[in-house]
Amino acid sequence: MLPTPSQTVGPFYGYALPFPDGAAVAPLGRPGTVVFHGLVLDGEGAPIPDALLEFWQAAPDGGRQGRAGSMRRDHTTGGHAGRDGVTFTGFGRVATDADGSWSLHTLTPPAEAPYLAVCVFARGLLHHLFTRVYLPDARPDEVLRRIPAERRSTLFAREERPGVFGFDIRLQGAPHEETVFLDFA
Amino acid sequence: MSPTQQEISAEIAAQAAPTSGTAHPERRYPPYRSSLLRHPRQPLVPADDLKDPDAVELSGPVFGVTDVTELDADLTRQHHGEPLGERITVTGRVLDRDGRPVRGQLVEIWQANASGRYAHQRDQHSAPLDPNFTGVGRCLTDDQGRYRFTTVKPGAYPWRNHTNAWRPAHIHFSLFGTAFAQRLVTQMYFPGDPLFAYDPILRSVTDDAARQRLVAAYDHELSVPEWSLGYRWDVVLDGPAATWTEEGR
Ligand SMILES: [Fe+2]
Repeated sequence: MLPTPSQTVGPFYGYALPFPDGAAVAPLGRPGTVVFHGLVLDGEGAPIPDALLEFWQAAPDGGRQGRAGSMRRDHTTGGHAGRDGVTFTGFGRVATDADGSWSLHTLTPPAEAPYLAVCVFARGLLHHLFTRVYLPDARPDEVLRRIPAERRSTLFAREERPGVFGFDIRLQGAPHEETVFLDFA
Repeated sequence: MSPTQQEISAEIAAQAAPTSGTAHPERRYPPYRSSLLRHPRQPLVPADDLKDPDAVELSGPVFGVTDVTELDADLTRQHHGEPLGERITVTGRVLDRDGRPVRGQLVEIWQANASGRYAHQRDQHSAPLDPNFTGVGRCLTDDQGRYRFTTVKPGAYPWRNHTNAWRPAHIHFSLFGTAFAQRLVTQMYFPGDPLFAYDPILRSVTDDAARQRLVAAYDHELSVPEWSLGYRWDVVLDGPAATWTEEGR
């Protein structure tokens, strides 16, 4: 069957898609929690304040079946209840701040899939983009091997201090600066 | 200076021939000005033929009854009073490229009210807000992949891509498949809208047949006497389906 075309997320998803605890993929206080953070930038290097990022990853034990409860609801008030503090769902959703920044608290992905899968949406972006945030010590896998050597570094997070990783997403730029995006369709 | 509609329409006409084999818009679509600095210039790295069965994008997030309340699918019952506008039902199925239903998966929508105003702080259109309408809904697909929302028909609204730019009435949709690689965010339009020809966002889908797949069908059988009008719209998710998760669910 022929696919339904993509359309931009537009500027007004902010009251619909982000949810409390969207950035808190790791259960509260769980040991081994790490932080990924960075900027989303346009072709002039300007921060993009209306981008939405989604993250999906393997659990530390390698599991990728996922669990419900990312956007748990309060069935009395109809509001958002936040995550349950126990379940690792593997899914995060973060809208960029006014300065184009984002951050995500999660558990370190396992060595056999040492990356976060990312889906980028933004006003002005007609079709979402997939990329990956690799841990600095990730060994080359099939995807990395397909990427020209000089562009590979755009997919590696840099460890700023223990447990804190920086990663900027440049939607457009010089070949060695522009983030590598993946085509799954 | 802001371009005129005539200038934008000429650009749309110049781009009219499909520029790639895919249904999706090219990310660089000059008539939609915001796309100019927000598209990659480097070719995407192909990942549709990965031999690696462990690629995490072949599985995806799951949602369940904890993530959605019953009332979320009825956008006309989220406040004390009834919203203004034409009450409608929008329903359809979410399928993969092989026509298999996507079961138990999350569908999210958001839209302007009947006057064409979003309940968003940055929407400064002078049309009135409706205290009885927020315009956000979500539901899980059933065993046949069906979703169903009750809402009001959104109004057209102006935007600043060019002088006298108006968006045709639309509902924003966000859909998950069984694989993260099937993720889709798109917009559903209403049949016969006179604004179709002028809108660079809809026209960014340059293939006529593909563009038609963004337009819902009015379905009289779905209309409820003395209550609401019915629209039907099916969604086919692109990308590899996660066959192994289907048994696990
Ligand atoms: Fe819109």
